[in-house]
Order: sequence, then C-alpha cells, then structure tokens
Amino acid sequence: METTMDCCESRASSLTRRSLLFGGASFAAWAYLPKFARAAEGRDPRLIVVILRGALDGLATVAPIGDPDYAALHGSIALTSSGAKGATMLDNFFGLHPAMPEFSRMYREKRAAVVHAVATSYRERSHFDGQDVLESGFAGPGRVQSGWLNRALESLPRGERVTSGLAVGPTTPLILRGAAPTVAWAPVALPQAAEDTAMRLMDLYSQRDPALAKALAAGLQLDKVAKGDDMKPKPGINGAAAMRLVARGAAKLMAADDGPRIAALAFDGWDTHANEGGATGRLAQLLGGLDGALAEFESGLAARWRDTVVVVATEFGRTARINGTEGTDHGTGTVALLVGGAVKGGRIISDWPGLKPANLYQGRDLAPTTDLRAVFKGVLHDHLGIGESALAQTVFPDSASAKPMKGLLA
Amino acid sequence: MARDSQAALVALNRFGFGARGGASGDFINAASDPRGFVKAELNRTNGALLELPGLASTPALAKAVFDYQFEIQQARNAAAKPGNRGAATEAPQSSEAAPKQTRNLSLNRIAMEMAPKEPSMQQGEAGSAAAPPAEPMPPGAKAPPPQPPNVIQKTFRAEALARIQRATMADCGIVERLVAFWSNHFCISASKGGLARMWAGSFEREAIRPHVFGRFTDMLKAVEQHPAMLFFLDNQQSLGPDSRAGIFRNRGLNENLAREIMELHTLGVDGGYTQEDVTSLARVITGWTYAGRLGQLGTPGTFVFNANAHQPGAHRVLGKTYEAGGVAQGEAVLADLARHPSTAKFVAAKFVRHFVADDPPPALVARLQDVFTRTDGDLRAMTLALIDADEAWKAPLTKIRSPYEFMIATGRVLARIPGDPGRYLGGLNTLGQPLWSPAGPNGFPDTNAAWAAPEGMKLRLDIAAQVASRIADSVDPRDLLEVVAANAASPETRRTVERAETRQQALALLLMSPEFQRR
Repeated sequence: METTMDCCESRASSLTRRSLLFGGASFAAWAYLPKFARAAEGRDPRLIVVILRGALDGLATVAPIGDPDYAALHGSIALTSSGAKGATMLDNFFGLHPAMPEFSRMYREKRAAVVHAVATSYRERSHFDGQDVLESGFAGPGRVQSGWLNRALESLPRGERVTSGLAVGPTTPLILRGAAPTVAWAPVALPQAAEDTAMRLMDLYSQRDPALAKALAAGLQLDKVAKGDDMKPKPGINGAAAMRLVARGAAKLMAADDGPRIAALAFDGWDTHANEGGATGRLAQLLGGLDGALAEFESGLAARWRDTVVVVATEFGRTARINGTEGTDHGTGTVALLVGGAVKGGRIISDWPGLKPANLYQGRDLAPTTDLRAVFKGVLHDHLGIGESALAQTVFPDSASAKPMKGLLA
Repeated sequence: MARDSQAALVALNRFGFGARGGASGDFINAASDPRGFVKAELNRTNGALLELPGLASTPALAKAVFDYQFEIQQARNAAAKPGNRGAATEAPQSSEAAPKQTRNLSLNRIAMEMAPKEPSMQQGEAGSAAAPPAEPMPPGAKAPPPQPPNVIQKTFRAEALARIQRATMADCGIVERLVAFWSNHFCISASKGGLARMWAGSFEREAIRPHVFGRFTDMLKAVEQHPAMLFFLDNQQSLGPDSRAGIFRNRGLNENLAREIMELHTLGVDGGYTQEDVTSLARVITGWTYAGRLGQLGTPGTFVFNANAHQPGAHRVLGKTYEAGGVAQGEAVLADLARHPSTAKFVAAKFVRHFVADDPPPALVARLQDVFTRTDGDLRAMTLALIDADEAWKAPLTKIRSPYEFMIATGRVLARIPGDPGRYLGGLNTLGQPLWSPAGPNGFPDTNAAWAAPEGMKLRLDIAAQVASRIADSVDPRDLLEVVAANAASPETRRTVERAETRQQALALLLMSPEFQRR
C-alpha cells in the first residue's frame, strides 16, 4: 500500500483540477441505525456507495485484454498483460489496472467482484444528467430532489439515532438527498457557533422560515466534530490522498457501535478527455487513490468488514476508441466494482458484448449489457433486506425490467 | 416609512447585493423608487467594466506565467543536470497548438504548489479561521507565510480582491450580480491548472463584463475565443484529424469544448442537438487556440486561429452546412447557436431561475425568451424586461443567497471594504463555492437544494458567528437591522436581535435572519 501511495504522490501534479478544499471528496450517511442493526442474529450490515463523478473509463480499469479489438481501440493507453507495469490478469480475459493492488488482493481473497459492460438507463452523454440518473434512481434525467439510497432508507425500519462524532461538510450528494435525515462529514475543522446562538436562530426560523428551520435543525444534529488530527486536511493534499483521507474518516465513523451504517461518498475528477495515461498517468493516480480508499475501508472497519458491501459506480463510461488527445470522450458501458467481506467475490460478472465495430454502442462505446440498477437492487435486496416491490416502485421507479441481480453476496 | 418596504427588499436583495451600512441610505432610496434604484446602475456607460492599474490583460498574464514556468524549468534543469538542455528546449516548443504532457505537468505543478495555500488561508495559521469580510489586517498582525506567493497566486488574489471590492462598493449591485450570473453561466474553473487560475479574473473582465449589456452572441464569441476557455475545455489540444498538424502528430479531436458550447452555453441539454452535431462542431472549431510562449502563432496568450490544426472542408451542424472558411466557419456556427430558439429558452429560464425562483414562473420565462428572440439576444433588453416584470416584484423572496452573495452582502452591511481577499476566499471554500472554481463546466448550482442544505446552513452560522465575534464590538446590530430591512423586518427577527445576549450574538443572528438570507 505504502509504495502505491508514494508513487502516486510523486506524480500528484495532474490532479489539481478537482483538488478543492476537500480534494473533491465528500461523505454523507443516514442519520439512523437500521432497526435490525443489533438484531439477535448478530448480523449488522454496512453499505457504502462510492460515486465516481466524471465517468470512469471502465475499459482502462478492468481491461478486456483478451478481446482482439481492445488494443487497437485503446491505442497508446491500452494496458497489456506483460511488463513491469502490466495489468493483473483477473482471469484469462480481463486485466486489472496495475494501480489497484489492493483490489487485486481482495479479488484473490474472493472479497471483490467486477460487473462489466454495465450502465444506468441513461443513454445520452451529459455528465450532469448522467449523474442525476445514477444518483436519483429515476429512469431519466430531470430536476429531482431525492436520491435512490435515501428512498431506500425510508423503507428500512428506523432504529436509534447515529450519535458518533459527526461533523458537517458543505454538500450532500444527490444519491443521499431526500426525506430520510442524513449526516455528513468532511475533514475540516471550523470553530463553531455557540449552541445558544444556534438555538435562538432555530427559534426564529421555526417562527418565520420553516424551510430554513428544517435545514438548520438537521445541520445542528451533526454538531460534534470528528476528533483526531489525522482528519484535518494537510497542506499539499492531492485528489488521491483526499480520497484516502475521506475514506479513513468514514470508516472510523462507521466502525463505531453507534456510528452510521449506510453511507455514500463521491469522488470527483474522472473525466479523462486528454492525456488519460495508461499504466501510469492521470487515471492511474485516481485509481490508486480509489484503491487506497478501498483499503482504508477494509482496515478501518476491521471486524465490521465481514458484514460490509462497498459499491463503486460512475455515471457512464467513455469511448472505446481513444480520441485525438490520448484521452477518451463520453461513452456508455463501463464497470461497477463490489468490495467487502460480504461480497461473493473473485468474479467478473459480465455478458461481454465484444468490441467489434458492429458491437459497439452507436459505433463508439462499450455496449451496456447489464443494467446498473439491477446491481444496486441486488445489493439492497440481499444485504439490507429491502423488498422487490419497494425497489421497483419507490427506490428505482420504472425499473421493473431490471430485476435485482442475484447471488452478489456471499 | 410610508414607502414600499417590501419592494425595497426586492430591489436590494433580489436584484442587488443587499443594503450597505454606514450612511448609504440604501433602504430609503430603494423604498422610494424601487425600480429606479435598480435601473440607475444600468445607465452608466461601461459600468460593468473593471479596469484597474494592477489588473493586466490576458496576454500580459500569459507572459508572466510562461516566464515563471520557464524560470522554474531552467532552475530544475540546472539543478538536475547542468549539461542537459533537452527538456528545456522541448517544453517551450510544445507549448504551441498541441502542448505535450511535459508542459501540462509543469503548469499543474505550479498550481499544485499553491493549491493548498487557499485552504490554509482558510484554516488560518494564526488561528483566524475561515470567515468572511473584515477590515484589512494590520500588516504586522499575521505571521509571514513560509514562502512568498508566486505570480499565479498573487494574480488570482488581486483579481479576486478587485471583484470583491467592486461588489462591496456598488450602489445596488445589480451589475455585479449580472457579471456573477454570466460568469457562472460561461464558467471556467481555476482548479484546472496554473493558466486557468492566472486567467480566471481576466477572462471575466475581457469576455463577460464588456457584454453584460450587449448582445449574447458577442459574449458567446468572446467567451469561446478566450484563451482561458480554450484551455479550460482542452480545445488547444484538439486537432483536425485531417489537418496538417493532426496528420503530422497523429492526434485528433477533443469534443470537450464543442459539447459544452451546446449543452451548457447555448442550446441546453435538451436543446435538440445530437452527438453528430457535437462532433461536427468540434471539427469546426479545431484550430481555435491561443499562442504559446514562443509566439510562433502570434502574441503569446492571444486567441489565434491555427489553420494547420483546422479540420478542412465544409461541416454540417444542426442540419446546416458551413462551408470552409477558417475561423469564420466557427463564428458562423456560434452566431446561429446564439440565435437558436433553444438558446433563448434555455437562457431565459436560467436567468429567471437565478433572480426570481427555483421554479421560474413560465409566463415570465416566456416573456424574456420572447424579448431575447426579438432583440437578437440584447441582454440589456432582457435585463430591463425582468426588472419591469410584475412577477419579479411580487414573487416571494424564497431563494437563499449563494455563499458568494451572502459574503458580499455581509461586507456591505458592515461597511467593510476588504484590503485582502483571504477571508472571503476561505469562507467561499468552506461554504462550497470556491471563487471561480466550480467542480465542473456547468458552474455552481443555483437552487435552494444546493445552498440551503443542512450542512451549508450550519457552516453559514459558524461563519456568521466568527464574523460577529470580530466585528460586533464596533457596530450596533439594532442599527444594522434598520439598514437591512427597516420596517420590513419581522417582529420575530426584531425581537431575536434585540434580545440577544451579546452584540456578537445579535449580529450573528441578524446575518442569519430570513431578511438577510432570503432574496
């Protein structure tokens, strides 16, 4: 791990586009424990959804090296199975990006799986609409105010309130916005307003401005700053380090007995239009950051890892053929990753469409053969026990055709 | 006051940046003639321009950053290997039409060196945490930073300061609100890299401000031909596959700019274009680039049309064929996009959503769309139509101020003209709206869902409390309530401010009151 991160940090320079205060990384969670959290059976599931904003190049993450058309399409950035920086072959067809040794190990340990040639129901190429569809769970884009994970929470029995030390971050990702109360955390230390001031303001809002009252009340619930110096942003932090940092903080919070069980993280920066890089380069750094974040979940959740599922998804894929600037433009099919002690791993789940020109979606993208909603629904059904009718009607409206994928969990 | 207090709130807050403290008389003036108060600012010639001695043109800034980058490169080469001049000669050459990765890396490295500075400003080395407006710090009060700011940091901060000062001092603030709106519509992001950070301010001064009361088509052309936008959306790297440079370098198209022109700048995502149109526009604007350090194509940092990179031939966009014609080919497409019915609809809805309501009244949108169409995109006419519309005055003040609007309004009511942008930049980072640095080319969101979120409100309160803890000793919050809302203040807000335990608490509560937060 350390070697990976060292090598990433030495090439941290191209991550600046999204390296804002939080390195383009955010965390938010459900404010309640599910009722079954302490059920007699001893099962206490954790679910983490990681959204990669910007559209991940699935063909560069888990490369179909055995596909005869892959090398020519991905050209100068294509991965190969040989050499010092070769892809790690997951089977005799797919190779994993070399920047992901932790995922590779988890895959060998059968705690990580890949779903390939996957896409949401969105078929256009706008990031913002694509992210809306991915996170809202609706079949098409539109201005919506709630996300599928939030609506999934509404069908869970609500137990005690999360009381672990949670602070506030400036944003909640759409996937977790909605009626179910959420908490958020960001690695920032900010002196807080006195509680008395906050209470007086609450009083004023409740008389004059119910909407602001509701928002502030939710914000104030999260009043306790996560302690520990390791959670403050350090000078010189880059995107990859920020991913790790946020994941470490999230895992620490979620490992606690009274910590959140269901959370979403969003990592920005995957829009690799130019100089995407192959085994090394811009995407490699990001994947290294993601790999580090997955390792942080594993080590931070410790004994809870056994009951954890992490789903990594992105709004759409990228063009199969590289563009004129050694990058890839907006595409369709891509990968989703499943990691965690509860995952039935060591598998690549794919109805591979092939990369022959005639098989590409609109002649340019990896054709999607698996509906991403089926993956989400399978996890929500098997991991959290959410019923099929709720999944098909409220969590993912108009998704009856995308049946929950079976057997994703061990 | 026998005047229209509610209309004064609309004039000051919906259309402007809020009432100024001190002896401005803003509220009384706005109450006596609300529309006139807003329109007065529109009648000043060149009122949107921002020209100050310290603010340089894009080419001048380019020269500074190229020189700085070159110096670093030289120093690095000298340190690494005294005899090896290979890297030094390669990098500058590649800074023409299709820069190689080496150049990007070194520019990004420059940005990287400074990237942590803004957050650490906000963290406040001397314990002064993220917080907005304030009087300039006494020069000796702060521990000196470990390293002097580089030219990019200095430029960014100077540009930020100029913008913040202008907004803080403006009478109503409608002009600066319009600048912020259009700048966000046509946003670039300083976090793209050193050049983008260097040019963030000059982009706004050169491409946005001159056209805020001009024609949309002129703003569109100025934006898409500005080096900052070409850099932000990678167009300087896009080569016509059949152009001389494309064949020679075996590189080709990058659709980034072409897509965002259609999706975000003109037609809107549902505006009726196809993937083919995007690709075709990408071909049309190949060769739109800026001259690099060596100036082989022109004065460094100026827009140039590089015929060697341009995809030759006629191209078809939205069903119309544009004959080969160099830069004029792309300009013709832009002109047609500016005039497209989808653009009128998209722009009018966004404009009304910004100023009036998250769900813009359809009749008002339709009227502005009509004005936009009839006047061939006259932005002054569209702005006046909004100010003249009854809906804009009758609609309740339901929108929450964005973090930028909140911080500017705070500086105005406290009558503090900042001498240093640090607290503003830090506060904007904390509240999720880092200046000129949206996460993507769609700019910052413009709805309550984004800015009235639980986390954001809590952080806003923390920032209000911090401002109050620094400032409140020198002001009377009860007086400030008169400045902000006079007799439009609710009894509850008045009571809350008056009954606060301390001046500090009263000021924090005033800054967080619905009268101050809603617009």
